[in-house]
Amino acid sequence: MTVKSVKSAKSVGAKIWWYVRELTGETAYERYVAHVRKDHPDAPVQSRRAFERERTDRQEADPRQGFRCC
Amino acid sequence: MSTAVTGSRPDRTRSIVIWTVVALVGAAGWTMLALSRGEEVSAAWMVAAALGSYAIGYRFYSKFIAYKVLKVDKTRATPAERLDNGIDYQPTDRRVLFGHHFAAISGAGPLVGPVLAAQMGYLPGTIWIIAGVIFAGAVQDMVVLFFSTRRNGRSLGQMAREEIGPVGGAAALLAVFAIMIILLAVLALVVVNALAESPWGTFSIGMTVPIALFMGFYLRVIRPGRIAEVSLIGVVLLLLALIAGRWVAKSSWAEAFTLSKESLVVWLVAYAFIASVLPVWMLLAPRDYLSTFMKLGTIGLLFIGVVVAAPTLKMDAVTDFATQGTGPVFAGSLFPFVFITIACGALSGFHSLISSGTTPKMVEKETQVRMIGYGSMLLESSVAIMAMIAACVLDPGLYFGMNSAPAVLGETAQDWVNTIQGWGFSLTEADMAAYAKSVEEASLWGRTGGAPTFAIGVADIFASVTGDGLKAFWYHFAIMFEALFILTALDAGTRVGRFMLQDTLGNVYKPLKRVSWWPGLIVCSAIVCGLWGYFLWVGVRDPLGGINQLFPLFGISNQLLGAVALTVCTTLLIKSGRLKWAWVTGIPLIWVAVTTLTASWQKVFSGDPRVGFFAQGDKAQAAIDSGQLEGKALQDAETIVTNTTVDGVLSALFAVLVVVVIADAARVCIKAIRHPATVVSHEEPYTESKYVAPAQLFATKEEKAELAAAGLGSGGGRTDGPREEVAP
Repeated sequence: MTVKSVKSAKSVGAKIWWYVRELTGETAYERYVAHVRKDHPDAPVQSRRAFERERTDRQEADPRQGFRCC
Repeated sequence: MSTAVTGSRPDRTRSIVIWTVVALVGAAGWTMLALSRGEEVSAAWMVAAALGSYAIGYRFYSKFIAYKVLKVDKTRATPAERLDNGIDYQPTDRRVLFGHHFAAISGAGPLVGPVLAAQMGYLPGTIWIIAGVIFAGAVQDMVVLFFSTRRNGRSLGQMAREEIGPVGGAAALLAVFAIMIILLAVLALVVVNALAESPWGTFSIGMTVPIALFMGFYLRVIRPGRIAEVSLIGVVLLLLALIAGRWVAKSSWAEAFTLSKESLVVWLVAYAFIASVLPVWMLLAPRDYLSTFMKLGTIGLLFIGVVVAAPTLKMDAVTDFATQGTGPVFAGSLFPFVFITIACGALSGFHSLISSGTTPKMVEKETQVRMIGYGSMLLESSVAIMAMIAACVLDPGLYFGMNSAPAVLGETAQDWVNTIQGWGFSLTEADMAAYAKSVEEASLWGRTGGAPTFAIGVADIFASVTGDGLKAFWYHFAIMFEALFILTALDAGTRVGRFMLQDTLGNVYKPLKRVSWWPGLIVCSAIVCGLWGYFLWVGVRDPLGGINQLFPLFGISNQLLGAVALTVCTTLLIKSGRLKWAWVTGIPLIWVAVTTLTASWQKVFSGDPRVGFFAQGDKAQAAIDSGQLEGKALQDAETIVTNTTVDGVLSALFAVLVVVVIADAARVCIKAIRHPATVVSHEEPYTESKYVAPAQLFATKEEKAELAAAGLGSGGGRTDGPREEVAP
């Protein structure tokens, strides 16, 4: 019984953590790597540092991405 | 398996029972709200009315729009699937995208409007918030999202240009820019009024800057991309700053953080200018993570607080100000002013900028526009209901003492009390001082702008759960929560305004178009900050109280943008051969156009100096001409003349722009109806989708079977190879 409830608490926690990471965009890099590996297997994969830099630079170039409303 | 055959009837019966119960709950809520007179009503009834109505609106009306009007097609590939580049076009889990979209559309708007509208009682505002969102606001968000998704995520401005024409397109663009400026000024004014003479608030908000810088540095240098962990660290630091604020306010540093409204204006404009010139990673991005966390967390807490505490509403259902139009918070009668004061939460034109552009590039399945467009807006509307509850659980005397402009209340503290008692509310000076003391503020008189009122309401609700000892903490928590994302909005909004300016001026002088060209960047940022800074300065110096003047202007501009968005939607429905369904966006369009143009008309032409800008200016001019004014009174009168002229001209300009867009669209629509063959579709051609993903939050039985057959989890995904038919 307790083992079961610990397990279910763990899986709820894992789901919340998954949601938080997805929502904040922390998983963007993982998705990018998967995308490159799958669709362009010969292309080089950027390092995380370079990828994250490019991501904020893009927002710089067009601030309408990620705009917040009233 | 067997349920597919034998389960259909019990399922149907169960569904009928459930929806009957939901309808009854909603109806009970409405009955209690509308019929109780003279006794206090529990806020739980307001929640019941709202949730019951939302559920029915979502289940029936949004389904009708999605499948009958828009004809969403789950076999059609979305731009996210077709153009997937791992950057801006990428299929995103519907639940995550819902969160993204909600975080993008919700801000301070739904917290401020309902608080101001509460001067007319809780009923008019609540009816508009709920009916408005079901029939207008959520419809707009969803239909714009759908059409933009069919057009590779084109922005509202691009769609206006393509579908209506260059004149309509240019008018729409100009309207967006002007509205952005007013929006930023109003948001900044809300912060100024909340932080003025409040060392606790100013310190804790000030601390968000070093916290964000630290987070930015952490993400850039120490652990790139670990956003979730740094956000958690940031939230903890933020709470520490909040606790430290109390200590600072009691220490000898308090003086350094006690700022007048004028100095706060200077700080805010300087902050926004510097922030908008700095790289995104340094301040904007980390701030945005913080405010998203705080936003979602606080809204969640507020829901729990209202349900657990179930406070009673002390405001009347309908006050005398609703019929007489003499309200001290904003002037004018219920129609049209309630409908422009409450914009976000009922119908917000600004959302159409999010629904076109960012979100449509991430939608996995066309069928999900219902959950994301309509659903997110319902959630935002429920935030507006929470704000209405927060304002109405306060003693009405306190509410009016906080929200009336000093010029309305009188010269001395005794005048203030007399004015409020004259309106029939009980309030003494000692009461007001006790309220201020309970939240550890110097004074609560004339704290207009909505944020302090909302914060006191929230503190009341939370303190009834956690005990009065924490009341001051909750008050400043709520202030910080609002100020945090307003500051983020000032930075982000200045950037967007600058971008639009660079783009337009770039047609005249080429180098300006390069967003990384430093001189252009600095000049355009300065222009944008200067423009909204002007309105902010004017608002702060306004003897009549800036909110009183600026908020109607903001409401009018936001609703007029809504009219532009609904015009684009209606045009698209007609051009795509759906004339018989054009009323779905056509009726909200007529409603918003009528209310907003009436409001603009009154603001420009009304002879009542409390309502009409020019009448007010004339009155001040007459006083100057009489030669009896001198010193500060003369200066005040001169300020009023200038401000009312600017505000009046702007109201007229907004109205003219929208009339131009609507007239141009009408021309296009009539042509499309007369000569259907001439209509050119800008829709992307059909491509078959290889994605499987549920349409709603929870997958249906059929969708689960489909996902299982494709070997996918609850989030859905791509089915490689040819699509397999799923047995029914």
